[in-house]
Amino acid sequence: MTLKQIQEILDAEIICGEDSLDMEITAAGGSDLMSDVLAFGQPGILLMTGLTNTQSVRTADIVDAKAILYVRGKKPDKGGLELAREKGIPILSTKHMMFMACGLLFRAGLPGVGGLQDE
Amino acid sequence: MFCDDGLSQHFQIQGGDFSRAGRVSTTIKEILQEVGIDPAIIRRAAIASYEAEMNVVMYAQKADLTLKLTPEEITIRIEDQGPGIKNIDQAMQEGFSTATDQMREMGFGAGMGLPNINRNADVFWIGSIRGKGTVLIITFLLKKGGKA
Ligand SMILES: Nc1ncnc2c1ncn2[C@@H]1O[C@H](COP(=O)(O)OP(=O)(O)OP(=O)(O)O)[C@@H](O)[C@H]1O
Ligand SMILES: [Mg+2]
Repeated sequence: MTLKQIQEILDAEIICGEDSLDMEITAAGGSDLMSDVLAFGQPGILLMTGLTNTQSVRTADIVDAKAILYVRGKKPDKGGLELAREKGIPILSTKHMMFMACGLLFRAGLPGVGGLQDE
Repeated sequence: MFCDDGLSQHFQIQGGDFSRAGRVSTTIKEILQEVGIDPAIIRRAAIASYEAEMNVVMYAQKADLTLKLTPEEITIRIEDQGPGIKNIDQAMQEGFSTATDQMREMGFGAGMGLPNINRNADVFWIGSIRGKGTVLIITFLLKKGGKA
């Protein structure tokens, strides 16, 4: 699905990357823990997070995430926004909480990153 | 920047500086992209470098990072001045962490970093002297034999 569709489903505000809304997103992952994103994130995902510091954008760039969605109405800090602009990473912000945002996107057909964590 | 058998570049990482944390790894990623390395290898190198850089920011005073690039491999060497690691076997286990609440609020400190470096690297060496510092040598093979 496109970023534009995601924006509509979640009634999200576009924080940056207005001209990238036709970007195709094929999977998403949600976490406030960057340690987990670094270990389990996959290239090309939409990163959904409630963590707003510069490291949230830095981590997205490092793992080759395509775009970021902040939940609970959050927005990136100044450093994060600058980095996202510099790296061309579009950012959306939705008022929905994490579980709802994930549920709405999943119901609309957007899968998560595959696989179960093995013991 | 370029020497006879490839490229070698030095960076400094400042401990405790959360606002700038990760900049060096972003720069390394940009360099590897410019040189035209396979994106899957760049991603592994960037993740490993970032995990190591965050550890310096969280636990050490400062570090020197050297990026070496030859036709055969990428080597990232990080030598820090800091407390060192008491028990490396323990530190290498998933979930072991001495991170503070503040570090956890920043989204780190799950004890995943060193195991994640090990998972992404083709060759990983770590050594530490208590009270002096820690050295990491992380290698990525560019020809046959590297991870997919
Ligand atoms: N450069 C270092 N100097 C001193 N101690 C370190 C260093 N790197 C790691 N450690 C120690 O090893 C532990 C495990 O490191 P590791 O990177 O695996 O996890 P973490 O940094 O605690 O959490 P995460 O990496 O998931 O954010 C740390 O909590 C710390 O005690
Ligand atoms: Mg770590």
